[in-house]
Amino acid sequence: MSVKFTEEHEWITVAGGVATVGITTHAAEQLGDVVFVDLPAIGKTVQKGKEAAVVESVKAASEVYAPIDGEIVEVNTSIADEPSLVNSDPEGGAWFMKIRIANPAQLDGMMDRAAYDKFVGK
Amino acid sequence: MTEKILRTPLYDAHVALKARMVPFAGYEMPVQYPTGILTEHTWTREHAGLFDVSHMGQCLIAAESFERAAKAMEALVPADLLGLAPLQQRYSQLLAEDGGILDDLMISRSALPGRLYVVVNAACKEADFAHIAANLPADVKLERLDDEALLALQGPEAEDVLAALNPEVRDIPFMSFRLLDIAGIRDVHVSRSGYTGEDGFELSLGAADVVKLWNTLLADARVKPIGLGARDSLRLEGGLCLYGHDIDTTTSPIEAGLQWSIAKRRREEGGFPGHDRIKNELTSGLKRQRVGIRPEGRLPAREGSVIQNAAGREIGRVTSGGFGPTVNGPVAMGYVDKAHAAPGTPLFLVVRDKAIPATVVKLPFVPNRFKR
Repeated sequence: MSVKFTEEHEWITVAGGVATVGITTHAAEQLGDVVFVDLPAIGKTVQKGKEAAVVESVKAASEVYAPIDGEIVEVNTSIADEPSLVNSDPEGGAWFMKIRIANPAQLDGMMDRAAYDKFVGK
Repeated sequence: MTEKILRTPLYDAHVALKARMVPFAGYEMPVQYPTGILTEHTWTREHAGLFDVSHMGQCLIAAESFERAAKAMEALVPADLLGLAPLQQRYSQLLAEDGGILDDLMISRSALPGRLYVVVNAACKEADFAHIAANLPADVKLERLDDEALLALQGPEAEDVLAALNPEVRDIPFMSFRLLDIAGIRDVHVSRSGYTGEDGFELSLGAADVVKLWNTLLADARVKPIGLGARDSLRLEGGLCLYGHDIDTTTSPIEAGLQWSIAKRRREEGGFPGHDRIKNELTSGLKRQRVGIRPEGRLPAREGSVIQNAAGREIGRVTSGGFGPTVNGPVAMGYVDKAHAAPGTPLFLVVRDKAIPATVVKLPFVPNRFKR
């Protein structure tokens, strides 16, 4: 499935009922240099629109919201070890978490790349 | 009512450099340039960083003699101004009647007869100028310098960079200034001071000339433009107070650890607002004081984070906190009671409901490298 985007600047791809979630290049640029990533515990239940992770830049802490209801099945420990990956490869290697999707209908209405680019005014 | 947002004379230069502009103290200011805060911070520690600080408030205090101007200002601040040598500068605080801090400021004995040159924080300048003007005797006047811009050039290579334009800058001692021709601009007020913990200079000059000086300095490969983001991380590592955060109307200069800026004569004679409190705090001790705190691990504790003692009881709040790029870890400042102020004292900082182990440390986090 192709990548989808939320208004909270997360990207999401889905394979086999599991969503891989990260933050967009635009979001990473806005954050500036990321120095710390706080990831959720595996097994935690997350809710669409609620805080799932926190990224700390030099300037400030920002919440990363779960784009969909579900259960955390995997987190990307490489970004916890090397937070600067969030700046260098936000839409690739610096994914945040994998969520086993509880409610696939929530995927409807998310933006595609063209719609997201328009949303952020590109 | 929405107030019109102001721009410094370098606004177009920042936009051309693709700075991210943010509202700050009523001005649109660069928070960072495209390379980002970490790079800007490190560059300033290793080379020379150029800051536009033209949003800060500059004014002259004018009287028939230096003594008259100094005496008038000594009624508002606790620094020894009468003891200022020509071309010398002091750090001080505008104090409220109860000894709380209205603002912190730099005061120099101007090269002009009967003049003090004063620089105050941008966010406080209207209130400061009104407060000062209202409290000066009739024969002492405040003259705003709204058409003056202000740059800071900071870092270990700042002296070499500026000396290439005028070698006399090498002779300026820390906390002194000279009026020098720089890049063909006459009488630039060049002071050896700054807000990064590094050696460096602050340059006051007419707004009409500042773009030329900015471009001349940036043409030197050792110089990069630095935004307010790195200005904050640099001063935090340098253990320097930010008004409205680490000091405000609730804190006294003694609680803030600024007693070094109050000379013996002023402590004894008084004659400034809040003298009773300050004298009392100096003699019978303090209820609380500003300390440096190093959280364990990598998670920054921001302003407002609760400080707990080893037993988990709240004993204070973080007043400035973030990630220190040179320290390569989180750093914070805050107020704690005397029992917890000694370096080495274990504490906890509460971040998102987690109590992070931390230790009181001596400030600054990164040794100051002022040219004394």
